[in-house]
Amino acid sequence: MPEFFLPLLTPILVFGAIMSLVPMLVLGERRIAAAIQDRVGPNRVGPNGLFQPLADVVKLLFKEEIVPAGVDKWMYFLAPALAFLPAAFAFTTIPVGRGVQIADLNMGVLFAITVTSLGVYGISLGGWSSNNKFALLGGLRSNAQVISYEICMGLALIGVLMVSNFFYDVEAGQTAAVVSSGGIVELQSGSIFNWNIFKQPLGFLIFYIAAFAENNRLPFDLPECEAELVGGFHTEYSSMKFAMFFLGEYIAMVTMSALTVTLYLGGWDPGFSLPEGFLGTLISIGAFVVKVLILLFIYIWVRWTLPRFRYDQLMGLGWKVLIPLALFNIFITAVVCLLMG
Amino acid sequence: MTTSTASPPETQQTQAPTGEKKKSTGFKFKTYIPAVITGLWNTFKHILKLDGHKTFTLNYPEEKLPVKKGYRGEHRLKKDELGREKCVACFMCQTVCPSVCIRIIAEEAPWEDRDKRPAVFEIDMLRCIYCGMCEEACPCDAIELTETYNVVATNRHAKVYDKDRLLSN
Ligand code: SF4
Ligand code: SF4
Repeated sequence: MPEFFLPLLTPILVFGAIMSLVPMLVLGERRIAAAIQDRVGPNRVGPNGLFQPLADVVKLLFKEEIVPAGVDKWMYFLAPALAFLPAAFAFTTIPVGRGVQIADLNMGVLFAITVTSLGVYGISLGGWSSNNKFALLGGLRSNAQVISYEICMGLALIGVLMVSNFFYDVEAGQTAAVVSSGGIVELQSGSIFNWNIFKQPLGFLIFYIAAFAENNRLPFDLPECEAELVGGFHTEYSSMKFAMFFLGEYIAMVTMSALTVTLYLGGWDPGFSLPEGFLGTLISIGAFVVKVLILLFIYIWVRWTLPRFRYDQLMGLGWKVLIPLALFNIFITAVVCLLMG
Repeated sequence: MTTSTASPPETQQTQAPTGEKKKSTGFKFKTYIPAVITGLWNTFKHILKLDGHKTFTLNYPEEKLPVKKGYRGEHRLKKDELGREKCVACFMCQTVCPSVCIRIIAEEAPWEDRDKRPAVFEIDMLRCIYCGMCEEACPCDAIELTETYNVVATNRHAKVYDKDRLLSN
C-alpha cells in the first residue's frame, strides 16, 4: 500500500464505523425500550428486525419535504448540517486504539469539548429559523442548558488534567502539560486501577451527568420535550432534514461516550498489558468499542427509566449542585496532589 | 402536593404540613441518587425479565389470543345432514336485524320437507353491528355467529357476503 494512503485509512475506517454504529444504536434503543416496557419492539424487517434502520431511512427519504412559510431559508437549511457535523468532527482527536487516532493534537481534549459544544448552534439556529414559538423555546432552552452544563463539564475536566499532569511529572520528570487525549490514555494504561475513574470518581459522575445534558438526552431533553413543546427545535423539520437532526443526536451520543471513555475509563486500555504488534492494536480497538457500547447502553437505559426534569430543577441541579461539587472536586484533587507530591 | 380537596380552613393555611416539608427537603429527594438507582434497578429487572416480568406482546398473525366463549364474529349459515342450507327463508332475521343489513330473496324449495329456501341471502358486514339478534331470532337454528374476527377486505363490495360465502364460513 502506498505510504500516502495510510493517513487516509484511519479517518475512513473511524467515520465508517460511527456511521454504521448509529443505525444499530437506533435499533438497539428501540429494542431495549421495548424490553423495559415488556414489549417486543421492531422484529419484522430482516432477521430479528436487523434491517429496521434501513426501512426507517427509506421511509424518511420518501417523506414529503415541507418548508413552512416564513422560515429563514438560509439558516433553516444550514441548521441540520450544523447539528450533525461538530459531533462527527470531535471524533478526530479521540484515540480509538493503540496508535489509532486521526490527529493527536496537543490540546486534543479541549478541542473535543469545544467542538462538541458547537452542536448547540444547529439546535438553536433550527429553533430560531423555523418561525415557530415551540421551536424557538426549544432552541433557547438548549442554549441555557448547554451553557450551564458546559461549566460543570469543564470543571470536571480540570480534575482529570490535574491528575494526569501529576502522574506525568512523577513518571517522566517533565513539566509539560498533558492536554492531548492520546497522552491522557497512555497515562491510564497498564492496569485497571490506573483509570481515571478511580482517581476522580466524583469528577466522573459530574462529567457523565453533564454529558447527558449536553446531548439533550432524557432526563435532560428539555429542548425537544414532547409534552410541552410538540417536538421542540425540530418541530418544523421533516423528511431528511429531520433525519439529520436525529443522526446528529446519536453521533453526539457516540462522541460523548467515546470522550468519557477516553478521559475516565482508560480509553483503549483493556485493563491488562497488550501484546506487541497488530494483535495488540486489534485488542485495544475492541476494548474501546466495548466500553463505548456499555456507556451507550447506559444512555438508553437511563432514558427509559427516568422522567424528564422540570426546567427549574434542571437549572438548580446544574448551578447549585454540580458546579459547587465540581469546584469541591478540584479542591480535593489539588490537596491530594500537594500532599502526595 | 397536597392530596386533600380544597376546603376553606385548609386553603387559608399558609404553611404546608411539616411531614410533607421534611419529605421534599430530605437527602433522598435532594440528591436524586437513591431514587435514580432504585429506578435503574427496576428497569434492569424488566430487561432481564427477573421477578416474574414477562413480555406481553403477541406476535399477532403467528400467535393469537384465544377467543372468549360467546364471542360474536362473522356469520355462518348452517347446513343440515344432507348438505342443504337449513334456512327456510322465513325473514325473521331480516325483520329483527337492528341495522337492516340482511337481504333475502326467497324461492320455492325443490325439497319435500319445506316450502321455501333463500335464492339470495346477503349480509352487509360493514353495516352489521354483530349483535347476534339474527342468531336468536332464527326458528331453525340456521344462522349463527362464528369466532372469526379478522374481518378484512380490500374493497367495500367484498364485505357484502353472499349465500355461498356464508355457507362456507
Ligand atoms: S348480528 Fe345483528 S346487525 Fe348483524 S346481521 Fe345479525 S341481527 Fe343484523
Ligand atoms: S331467521 Fe333463520 S330461517 Fe329465517 S330467514 Fe333468517 S336464517 Fe333463514
